[in-house]
Amino acid sequence: MQPRDLKPDHFKAYPPEARKLATSYVTALQRLPLSFLPSLLREVIDYDSKFPAERKSLEKELANWSALPEEKEKEWVRGFAQITLSTQLEQFDWVNQPAQFVEQLSAYLWTTHQMDRFRKAALDYGDRLQAAVPAEIPPIPRLGIAVIGQQTQGYDRPLFRKLRPQGAHFTRVKPENGLRELLDAAGERAKAHPIPYGHWYIDGGEAAPRDLALTTVSYQALEPTRAAILRKVRAEKDKPGMGPEALRTVLAQMGPAELGFANGVDPVMERFQLKLFTEGSGTQVFSTTFAQWAAREALRRAQPCTLLVRFAPRAKPMNDLLGASQDQATLDPVGALIDGDFGAYYNWLNQQRLPGADKGSFLVWYEDHNEALAIGPGLPKGTESTSAASLKDVLSWIT
Amino acid sequence: MEPYRQSSLVDVSRQVARSRRDFLRTAAGMALGSALMPSGAFARSGTARTKRKVVVITFGGGARDQETFAPEGQENIPHLMRDLLPRSTFFTQVVNRGILGHYVATASLATGVYETINNFASLPPEHPTVFEYFRRDLRRPPSDAWVVAPSNGFNRIGESNNRSYGPGAGARVILPKHLLAAASKGRGDYEHLLRDNYETPYYAPALQGGEFELRQLEEILKLSVDDFKAHARTLSSPDELSVYIVRQLMRQVAPSLLWITMHDIDVAHAGAYSLYIDGIQRTDRLCAEVWETIQKEPEYAGKTTLFILPDFGRDSDEDAGGNGFQHHRTGDPLSRTTWMLALGAGVREGVVYDRPIDSTDLVPTLGSMLDFSTSLAQGKPIQELV
Repeated sequence: MQPRDLKPDHFKAYPPEARKLATSYVTALQRLPLSFLPSLLREVIDYDSKFPAERKSLEKELANWSALPEEKEKEWVRGFAQITLSTQLEQFDWVNQPAQFVEQLSAYLWTTHQMDRFRKAALDYGDRLQAAVPAEIPPIPRLGIAVIGQQTQGYDRPLFRKLRPQGAHFTRVKPENGLRELLDAAGERAKAHPIPYGHWYIDGGEAAPRDLALTTVSYQALEPTRAAILRKVRAEKDKPGMGPEALRTVLAQMGPAELGFANGVDPVMERFQLKLFTEGSGTQVFSTTFAQWAAREALRRAQPCTLLVRFAPRAKPMNDLLGASQDQATLDPVGALIDGDFGAYYNWLNQQRLPGADKGSFLVWYEDHNEALAIGPGLPKGTESTSAASLKDVLSWIT
Repeated sequence: MEPYRQSSLVDVSRQVARSRRDFLRTAAGMALGSALMPSGAFARSGTARTKRKVVVITFGGGARDQETFAPEGQENIPHLMRDLLPRSTFFTQVVNRGILGHYVATASLATGVYETINNFASLPPEHPTVFEYFRRDLRRPPSDAWVVAPSNGFNRIGESNNRSYGPGAGARVILPKHLLAAASKGRGDYEHLLRDNYETPYYAPALQGGEFELRQLEEILKLSVDDFKAHARTLSSPDELSVYIVRQLMRQVAPSLLWITMHDIDVAHAGAYSLYIDGIQRTDRLCAEVWETIQKEPEYAGKTTLFILPDFGRDSDEDAGGNGFQHHRTGDPLSRTTWMLALGAGVREGVVYDRPIDSTDLVPTLGSMLDFSTSLAQGKPIQELV
């Protein structure tokens, strides 16, 4: 089927809100090339479980397609229209399985050497969209916080090397009550600016006591989900025809109920947490990967104003990822510190990709130690401070 | 399509681009070469063509400049920097324009053509491999071309399904993990050496090993099952196991064309940066060990050229479509651009070439150096080496 053949009835299997959205824009969707449309439908079909920020940007994107004059529209899709597709892809049920289509499209683009062309078309489209429909500036400047190195002693290599050129390195931070001060600051922002899914706390271990206004995700709380997924993997992996791609598809099809979520309490968060395990790579195995990926996805999708991420010690590697021995895995705090240090850099990069980046600030602290690094509009870059300061002081200088 | 892009990261991208030009600026004694300085390779080495040997190591799977030869990465590769680089001709830009999957990219390196086979299927390359060209033109026996490869998928890499070459015409392939699986029969504490796939960290297909592998152990490598198992217990990674097998192979069989595919670095797919760096540091050490073995083994010393190159890089930190070092899915320029180091017989020492070369240039270069035709390869001989 081609996009021009789309009819409202084709969306009858979509969740209610998604169906309504797709149906109201069906005329615009009919005009899009097949190399592009399923990527958009992949977002539309998940509309019911999207965060408010995602919903708003998707609505704007669809409205933009609907309002584009014909000539402009041709210009916008030119790069995608030049991509050739196989008959097999054209015959695929891309309306109801857009994510699977996109996965197959990706493989096809690689094998036909069209990936670079597609990549350029996607980047051009992103630039045009950003210019036409600017993303919203957050109501308060964003604040990112990373806490790394829990339970680490005696690490003597330099930390924050990737971030030092961006901010001020503090070498005499007072560690007492440091985590409490940071969580309180995040909680206060959440209470002062109550925005749905606007203030997050992600912990790679057990979440510390915090203000309930914070949207919280923790590796420890999701242990039953992780165990259910690993059980599923053990059950599926030796079946005939199973491979990495097929297994990924099986996992992507698992629902919240199958994974022990109290279905219906917060479907948006349930779906978000489920995807961390079913779509993330390594999140099932290493808490540091989980924390970094959860932060990336929270920033990309929910676009929070506040994000505090605490990295916890992770399991030693990969001897038997699926075996029962994982349950009693020994920990590697130093490895987790290195992971967290680089993860903090990625958190900052991902925060910088969001609107209002020039006004945002970022703090990374080596937990229970004297070192921190702060980035903010008021702080000189590439500097070092040897003055004693509490984390509360440092936060006050960047927010 | 999300409004989540590379805004305000232009400066960072520029820094990355500049770092390639700064490659090795800090490394002592490296002169900038030019295309007007042909090597003459073996012609200058004084080695009779029939005795020449080539060892290729793919520094895998997937390593970025910034964790290897870029200034901030050099601390991860002390052996390459200190021991091998001063003896090498170094190419700072090896561009892989093909599919960035480890099996298909390694197959492309081995055929000199960008292969399009399914990365996860057990399929042979579609174009003749360097092993087939080498054996046919130089009339070499099967025992003279070997591949030591890391995982299930690579068992077909020794020969293509090209009609003019194909079954029986290529290299012998040895999969050390299969040897260990056969020797241990699933018993003992070897899981850390049998890890076979990092692409999906939770997906670990069962390894197979049986009578064929046990015969390889005893008849070719001259290793008893007990000795092999005892030594394996002292090793910490699959690539260490591979290099152990490589040493045995060099000692017992001494193939003239030996291809070693490393894979430990691909643990990066699990998202733990420290493990990715560990993998690079280990591969650095193992490359030096292979070079040391080349120097020590009489069959190899003084007549062997060693090539070391990643199959490709990994995604850039700056590409919002990826997640940095973790994967190689975006196809961005950083993930396509790596380096190559050539050293040993006939190779000029301490020279850096900054011009881009192609991944597919390796096979025609080997052909020119060893004097066999690579007629179906797409790449071109690297003039600075031939």
